[in-house]
Amino acid sequence: MRTLRTPLSEDLVRSLRLGETVYLYGPVVTGRDEMHIRALKLSGEGSPVPSGIEGSVLYHCGPIMRQNGDGSWSVVAAGPTTSARMNKLEPEMIRRFRIRAIIGKGGMSKDVAEAMREVGCVYLAATGGAAVSLADGLGACKGAEWLDLGMPEAMWRFEADRLGPLIVAMDSEGGSLYERVAESLVRDRRGLPARPLSGRRGRPGR
Amino acid sequence: MKRLLEPTEDVVVNLLRLANTKLPADIGWALEAAAGWETGEIARTQLGAIMENVKKAEHLGIPMCQDTGIPVFYVRGRFDSSIASKIAEGVRKATASIPLRPNTVDPLTRENQGSNLGDGMPVIHYIPADVDYTEITVLPKGAGSENMTRLAMLNPADGVEGVRRFVIDSVLDAGGRPCPPSIVGVGIGGTSDRCVEMAKEALLAPLDSDNPDPVLAKMEEDLFSALNSSGLGPMGLGGSTTVLGVRIRKACCHTASLPVAVNIGCWATRRASARITSDGVEYSQGAVL
Repeated sequence: MRTLRTPLSEDLVRSLRLGETVYLYGPVVTGRDEMHIRALKLSGEGSPVPSGIEGSVLYHCGPIMRQNGDGSWSVVAAGPTTSARMNKLEPEMIRRFRIRAIIGKGGMSKDVAEAMREVGCVYLAATGGAAVSLADGLGACKGAEWLDLGMPEAMWRFEADRLGPLIVAMDSEGGSLYERVAESLVRDRRGLPARPLSGRRGRPGR
Repeated sequence: MKRLLEPTEDVVVNLLRLANTKLPADIGWALEAAAGWETGEIARTQLGAIMENVKKAEHLGIPMCQDTGIPVFYVRGRFDSSIASKIAEGVRKATASIPLRPNTVDPLTRENQGSNLGDGMPVIHYIPADVDYTEITVLPKGAGSENMTRLAMLNPADGVEGVRRFVIDSVLDAGGRPCPPSIVGVGIGGTSDRCVEMAKEALLAPLDSDNPDPVLAKMEEDLFSALNSSGLGPMGLGGSTTVLGVRIRKACCHTASLPVAVNIGCWATRRASARITSDGVEYSQGAVL
């Protein structure tokens, strides 16, 4: 188990090994589908993007937030969302903003792994649904950008205070726990054909 | 837990609070059992994080998962047409007061009204019955698991083996995305729409209840052990707990059809029911339908 302080350096990221458990302290930003789309659109047009994206730890998370009387925000629940939804957007996101770590659940595609290898970025698996514990770990909310996208899709900033446990599930060398699991998956212990008679979607073959 | 009669809107708020903050006991037991048999370090870390989170959520009275889902309602027994607007009002109140995450958006513009209401929302299924109460059950359904839903219109010749194969493939292809260890709801037969409905209804059967149909009970057992032998494990990171349970419902179908639907519930398959009689409201989490 390792504790890491963000922002993460490329050297540190490249030293992280598959299967390691880490806890984070320091700045973390959230982003889902809409945040990725907007950041890439603005940057593609040459317009500025909010500070904190460049070199960040990007958490695939749409938290439940509560606004306090003084206008500040507190996090209520904040587990990871399914990262695969961002598969098409992430390679460009990683390359353009030198993202150092992505936190999410379920893993990401080979294209993302390739961008991670190139730039020096890791994928950290958070426990899906462990939203109360992970909200504790996110610590204080340091503001938000793009609230017009709605609470789940906005970009939230946090100062993490022991965010974890997070598992290094994809490293910066192209290694992936998900791929390892997929390769050894036992589709059927009875050894029957791996797909239904009429094809996986149950449609006659064509 | 029995309370004096309360307005239906408030019953709905209480239901959503109960479902979102307290995991049904049978699922908690299944997680504990899983933690007992898992040997891998990563799998044990995941189950440990889940169980700690469940305790914290219940203790603090806040939602166990930030994806408080789309609340799916089942109204059974005696009711009139005013119940729809009362349920909607309860959802609005609950979203602000618990709070729930405002998840409901326009499918094309993606505009979020912030109330979890909007065209066609919330989803309510009606089951009239000749009894002297109204029972409202809620199943808050998160998108991670809901997005993995599959329907196959198999050929009758595919038979039981085709059904079995389709369920196994659907769960394993979903990988870590629906937050395993999951609960697998399966619908067999009916029409396409009824089949998907049954797969979701199946998630309301507690894990410690027996399927009244012995053939389906045997299929559930077989799929449970096949899926847990797959190695997918908690969060798809490897291990021997891929599912906490498999629940199947069936209906008769067209002689030329064999519909099968899979609706996966994440480990946090949340449910709560309220039975409203003339003298009070009784809350429970042992929904069966």
